[in-house]
Amino acid sequence: MPKTILAVDDSASMRQMIKLTLRNAGYEVIEAGDGQQALTQARQNAFHMILTDLNMPVMDGMVFIRELRKLPAYMGVPIVFVTTESDAEKKQQAKAAGATAWITKPFQPEQLVAVAKKVLGE
Amino acid sequence: MNPTNPQDIFKQEAQELLAQLETTLLDLDNDPGDMSLIDAAFRALHTIKGSGSMFGFDAAAAFTHHVETAFDQVRQGKAAPNRDLITVALRARDQMRLLIERPEEADPAAEEALLASLHQSLQPIAANASPSSREQTWRINMRLPRDVMANGTNPLLLLDELRSLGSATVTPLTDEIPVLQEFDPAACYLSWDIVLKTDKPREAIEDVFIFVRDEMQLEITPFESGAAQTPDPGAAPETEGLPEKTGAVLAGKVHETPKQEARQPQPAAASASVRVTAERLDELMDRVGELVITQSRLKQIAASSSDQQVRAVAEEIERLALELRDTTMGIRMVPIGSLFGRFRRVVHDLSRDLGKQVNLTMEGEETELDKTVIEQLNDPLVHLIRNSIDHGIEGPDERAAAGKAPAGQITLSARHAGTEVHITIADDGRGLNRERIRQRAIERGLITADASISDAELFQVVFLPGFSTVSEVTNLSGRGVGMDVVKRTIEALRGKIELSSMPNLGAKVTLRLPLTLAIIDGLLVRIGQARYVLPLSAVEECVELPPCDSALPGQCSFLNIRGELVPFLRLRELFAARTPPDRYQKVVVVAAGDMKAGLVVDQVIGNHQTVIKSLSKLHSGIEMFSGATILGDGAVALILDIPHLVEFGQAAEETMRDAA
Repeated sequence: MPKTILAVDDSASMRQMIKLTLRNAGYEVIEAGDGQQALTQARQNAFHMILTDLNMPVMDGMVFIRELRKLPAYMGVPIVFVTTESDAEKKQQAKAAGATAWITKPFQPEQLVAVAKKVLGE
Repeated sequence: MNPTNPQDIFKQEAQELLAQLETTLLDLDNDPGDMSLIDAAFRALHTIKGSGSMFGFDAAAAFTHHVETAFDQVRQGKAAPNRDLITVALRARDQMRLLIERPEEADPAAEEALLASLHQSLQPIAANASPSSREQTWRINMRLPRDVMANGTNPLLLLDELRSLGSATVTPLTDEIPVLQEFDPAACYLSWDIVLKTDKPREAIEDVFIFVRDEMQLEITPFESGAAQTPDPGAAPETEGLPEKTGAVLAGKVHETPKQEARQPQPAAASASVRVTAERLDELMDRVGELVITQSRLKQIAASSSDQQVRAVAEEIERLALELRDTTMGIRMVPIGSLFGRFRRVVHDLSRDLGKQVNLTMEGEETELDKTVIEQLNDPLVHLIRNSIDHGIEGPDERAAAGKAPAGQITLSARHAGTEVHITIADDGRGLNRERIRQRAIERGLITADASISDAELFQVVFLPGFSTVSEVTNLSGRGVGMDVVKRTIEALRGKIELSSMPNLGAKVTLRLPLTLAIIDGLLVRIGQARYVLPLSAVEECVELPPCDSALPGQCSFLNIRGELVPFLRLRELFAARTPPDRYQKVVVVAAGDMKAGLVVDQVIGNHQTVIKSLSKLHSGIEMFSGATILGDGAVALILDIPHLVEFGQAAEETMRDAA
């Protein structure tokens, strides 16, 4: 059974890139366009890892991470967020909210796979 | 020894460590580059030094320190492992042993010399070696934030990642685990101390912690041997420095990379066991022997009693006594591997001295044998192995010429065969020189020039006293101890020795030994008024003496058993029995080696559990008896020494033939 990853991003091209990369690496990927959608998805399905952007409409990544960590089923599930080099403050906030790891934009597909493998232990 | 005295415990522990160290060093000799073995040697040395200084073995600790330092340099990649170092280390090991066991005999000059050659054998690795490929040992102390697991980081994955960088020894520190009521299952209370040996740079280690680096406490320091000597409490890399209460947790939790685990040399004989002194074991065996004797008295009394209850109890006690006897004998059993292990050193040293390559293979090390037997086997086996290397195995050139592999092969094996244990020493050398043995035997008048004798008989000549003292006569001629001494030792253990050889293919010596020396199954017989015991293992069959054959007193004559002529001895005459003989005399046919003989007795009484008591010094010269036992009614019965009786019978037969 491949591990399932929830990819949360408001940019469809970003989601597409993430989906293709992770699928090629052997993961199942489910998409969500914002934090609210993602939370709904997370309640309905079990995910091995969450990959989320921080800047999103409706519910942003920071709130999403905090909400997700409140769900008992997601205690201990790795949450990776996407950040930028310039945003050191946001990185700290996201970690405080309960994120596990991050990936800095711009990134190469291989880097994304490497982070996923690292937090999933493969 | 005093089992509660720490010094004595240390001595015993040191003995085990030294044995382990020897094994490791010999393994290293086969593969000097194996870092896990270097590590194992270092650990053993470290413990000897550490405990030695704790218990007042200062000289040993000081000496060991130098050896430990040498191995530490190799471990850290500052010096290259090599065979010279291993040879010196083996000698140093012997010196340590001397310093611990008999410090008054230790020679400071020898110590100096050893240290000097130790220093010489350390080949520093060239400084221009590429730094990227150089292994370095790091000590990593990591303490993760409490909520790290809740936030999706699995600490085990981090440890796995560290292990993937090299070989790591991971020690969890449990000092922050709270009491159960306060325990949060999602919190991470453990921290870890990791000793990591890797050729990757420090950055690679830091990268492992990339996502948790800011929140965690991480110390990465180069691991020095100095750090190991002065562990700071609470964060020690080694288990002995940890608070005692964590010991149990550590036992289950200390992780090592699987590769390293597989290479861990087996501790020589580390088993969950209670130490009992050998004397107490012997004492126990004595008591069981007395019990068996008393029990047979009870059995006799019960047999003549009409009381059913007494009989029932007597039977029950018989069963218990026999079970107790078996258990006790089982306790005395020791795997022969403990003995075999020593020979690796003999082979290593001797093959080096003689410039031959020899591989020693050992089989059946788990075979168990009475500890008394094992103790006495050391010298004969050393002698036989020396013979094999010295005379059997050819030099590399000669082997090449004979189309053999350059390295000679010696196989030492042990296996159970019924109530015996067979130990064989086989080599693939040039074999015994049959012609030369024959020549020599004729010269010495042991056989006649025209005698046609089988190989087995001819090879027995090698075991005759005086034969082997002349050097270089046979492939198996010895140094110091002759083969006759080997044979005598084996026979004293009621064992047999057999020798076979194929020219150019090698020689094989088989030692056949009884499982135990303390109690045997015997056949009780009566001659005149006295009773005697024959070891049941030697008895082939019992027949009645045909009347016509008993007509010629004073002579040894022959019995026809299914077409085979068997000489028989009249024990009545030999033992000067004065009472009139029984009307029907019985013959017990016994075998010793390939020879058979009949022993004429008055009555065959039956099986008897024989607890062997050795004869006093005064009587030890009497070759016909190997011991004595006490019978159920308190009388003493002598145990017949079958090989000697058979020999005597054969000799008597020859004298008679010569006289005729």
